[in-house]
Amino acid sequence: MAEKSGADILVECLIDLGVEVVFGYPGGAVLPIYDALFNHPKIRHVLVRHEQGATHMAEGYARSTGKPGVVLVTSGPGATNAVTGITDALMDSIPMVVITGQVPTQLIGTDAFQEADTVGITRHCTKHNYLVKSPGKLASVVHEAFHIATTGRPGPVVIDIPKNVQIATAPYRKPESFEHASYRPQTEADPAAIASAVEMLAAAERPIFYTGGGVINSGPEASTLLREIAALTGAPVTSTLMGLGAFPASSGQWLGMLGMHGTYEANWAMNKADLIVCVGARFDDRVTGRLDAFAPHAKKIHIDIDRSSINKTVEVDLPIIADVGNALADMIALWKDRGHKAADLGEWWARIDGWRARNSLAYPESREEIMPQEAIAQLYKASRSASDVIITTEVGQHQMWAAQHFGFDAPNKWLTSGGLGTMGYGFPAAIGAQLGNPDSLVVCVAGDASIQMNIQEMGTASQYRLPVKIFILNNEYMGMVRQWQELTYESRYSNSYSDSLPDFVKLAEAYGWTGIRIEGPQELEAGIRQMIDTPGPVIVDCRVAKLSNCFPMIPSGAAHTDMLLDPSQVEGVMSDEAKALV
Amino acid sequence: MHIQEEISERHVLSLTVSNEAGILARIAGLFTARGYNIDSLTVADITPDHAISRITIVTSGPPKVIDQIIAQLERLVPVHKVTDLTDNGPFVERELALVKVAGVGEDRIEALRLADVFRAKVVDTTIESFIFEITGTTDKIDNFVGLMRQIGLVEVGRTGVVGLIRGKEPN
Ligand SMILES: Cc1ncc(C[n+]2csc(CCOP(=O)(O)OP(=O)(O)O)c2C)c(N)n1
Ligand SMILES: [Mg+2]
Repeated sequence: MAEKSGADILVECLIDLGVEVVFGYPGGAVLPIYDALFNHPKIRHVLVRHEQGATHMAEGYARSTGKPGVVLVTSGPGATNAVTGITDALMDSIPMVVITGQVPTQLIGTDAFQEADTVGITRHCTKHNYLVKSPGKLASVVHEAFHIATTGRPGPVVIDIPKNVQIATAPYRKPESFEHASYRPQTEADPAAIASAVEMLAAAERPIFYTGGGVINSGPEASTLLREIAALTGAPVTSTLMGLGAFPASSGQWLGMLGMHGTYEANWAMNKADLIVCVGARFDDRVTGRLDAFAPHAKKIHIDIDRSSINKTVEVDLPIIADVGNALADMIALWKDRGHKAADLGEWWARIDGWRARNSLAYPESREEIMPQEAIAQLYKASRSASDVIITTEVGQHQMWAAQHFGFDAPNKWLTSGGLGTMGYGFPAAIGAQLGNPDSLVVCVAGDASIQMNIQEMGTASQYRLPVKIFILNNEYMGMVRQWQELTYESRYSNSYSDSLPDFVKLAEAYGWTGIRIEGPQELEAGIRQMIDTPGPVIVDCRVAKLSNCFPMIPSGAAHTDMLLDPSQVEGVMSDEAKALV
Repeated sequence: MHIQEEISERHVLSLTVSNEAGILARIAGLFTARGYNIDSLTVADITPDHAISRITIVTSGPPKVIDQIIAQLERLVPVHKVTDLTDNGPFVERELALVKVAGVGEDRIEALRLADVFRAKVVDTTIESFIFEITGTTDKIDNFVGLMRQIGLVEVGRTGVVGLIRGKEPN
């Protein structure tokens, strides 16, 4: 068989694996791969401006298309710049393969130019990683890496390829389907556990579905099944930040997001439920609040593909280790088989309606200033004219307001950094999403501080003619930091003011974008309309009320029932125990 | 504010893993990254083709943490199987130590007498010292070393624990 270089083998593998887009940045240790990609007819290389941008673009691409995101960076600084995005993908279970160049094998360990211990550095922020020392092993590693990144609980995989391995040759044949020696994620549920779950669900008087990003990761089918089981049982549904869109916000059974900035009804329903069915979520501290006060009356069923999520923070009564789609399908089939009918949950719904009546997402109206919540509500309203809308966010108050006030009716339309909370995620993620969904309206809801963390990617959007929209809720503060300082440190605003902000409209012009400034409530609707109707990329500097805070809020370490609904409940000081929590 | 500590149990975990580069770093790193304890760790390959190694880890933590440790270990791609020997019926655990003791006269005789009681072997001797080889449970070795300390302990080398479940089933 004719031999190919390692670089050519890599590119062949990518084609065989159906890769269409690679986000990357060249450098000495990946030049052979870049040469193999030169004018490539099948693989589109998107040149970023910073490697962190590449990783978040890959995440946005993956989350919005369901396909793995692929990143290519050089050794040393290229690899270290990618670490934040790799960690972000690990925390949020995003399938991603990152190919890093490495110094040639004979120089490894010599502190060679641009050498970094990439497998060492990324060992604990990847699902798995590889250093490939011969071209003959490359094909099987690349295929295995994609398999691991995309199956089970998805996550990032790094393949570190020394430069001499990219140049040396070996025969290449597309690997046959393989059986991994040790990696076998459990995707099918134990039938006995399914049977118990169905009986618990049928017997429950106050059931609730608590759903998460696992439903999205399982694929669109899982969202359909979630809707079906909710309809069959008549139970209310709440979701984590990562799970928004799996269940339609327009449904009467939807309680809104739960947790730290979740709705009153969602958190109270969790507190008073007698059965919680956790579907692809992981009882994160942002969701549970104070653990010893979390859902004290409920039996808990936990469906998760990752056994290590079971009993990690909250002890559950019935674990079901499986792909959530499979588990839901089995439960639905058995529910029907046994002829169960939805129980009369009238009393439960009456209580929920009582909590709903608190209208916990209400915000003060203003004629002088734009309320940030109102800006999101208007964006939601205006974007309904588009056939498909994808929202990404940065991290901060604007992220929570977007989660609260934008309604998602379908999965894969809401891209946000949940587990790691990475400022700088949203804008590159929007670029990745736009590449994967060229006809969708893709809007990054940003904060004035976060947007500056990867703002250099404006050049990438210009270069590839991507019509992404950046909608900045500009409050001239790191609002979320300021909010915590008000809660905990008697409003000592230590370093949370966004001084010396750039003129975002001029910045837009500098990059060949359209810049729009919205300064008052009267301009809001028209400004948003103009943003949506402008064909190319747009940055909107939406000046919002500077001191608004995000409510409801369960302060760190408080119980679901100790929710702050408005600023009058903020005391401004906290115990050391509460202060020590994140 | 003071930070509270939880009560912990000792567990012996036995893992089979693919014998690949970095596997030890992956496992040791998991313990440091998640704040788990390692009391001892041993590793050696156990199949004729050298493809699989057995790693024995002695760890300690509250029961909930031990469960998490096992689940986290199982999640590592090159890990084939994790068995909690402590929780799986009777098992045998052994550790080997080399114990150097120096002394003359009565001390020398007492050292030999104690070694006899503990079934320790003399593997090296000079006029003024012995090296004993002793196998047994961690406790037994601790005791032996403790006694030798009073006589004239110079240094100790220990292998850490290996263990297997009793009976014919593999673990
Ligand atoms: C990379 C990174 N650094 C620091 C933080 C901590 N942090 C969380 S929110 C926030 C402020 C965000 O400000 P802005 O983007 O203006 O959003 P706002 O809260 O004002 O809506 C900071 C600094 C973070 N999440 N990520
Ligand atoms: Mg801000």
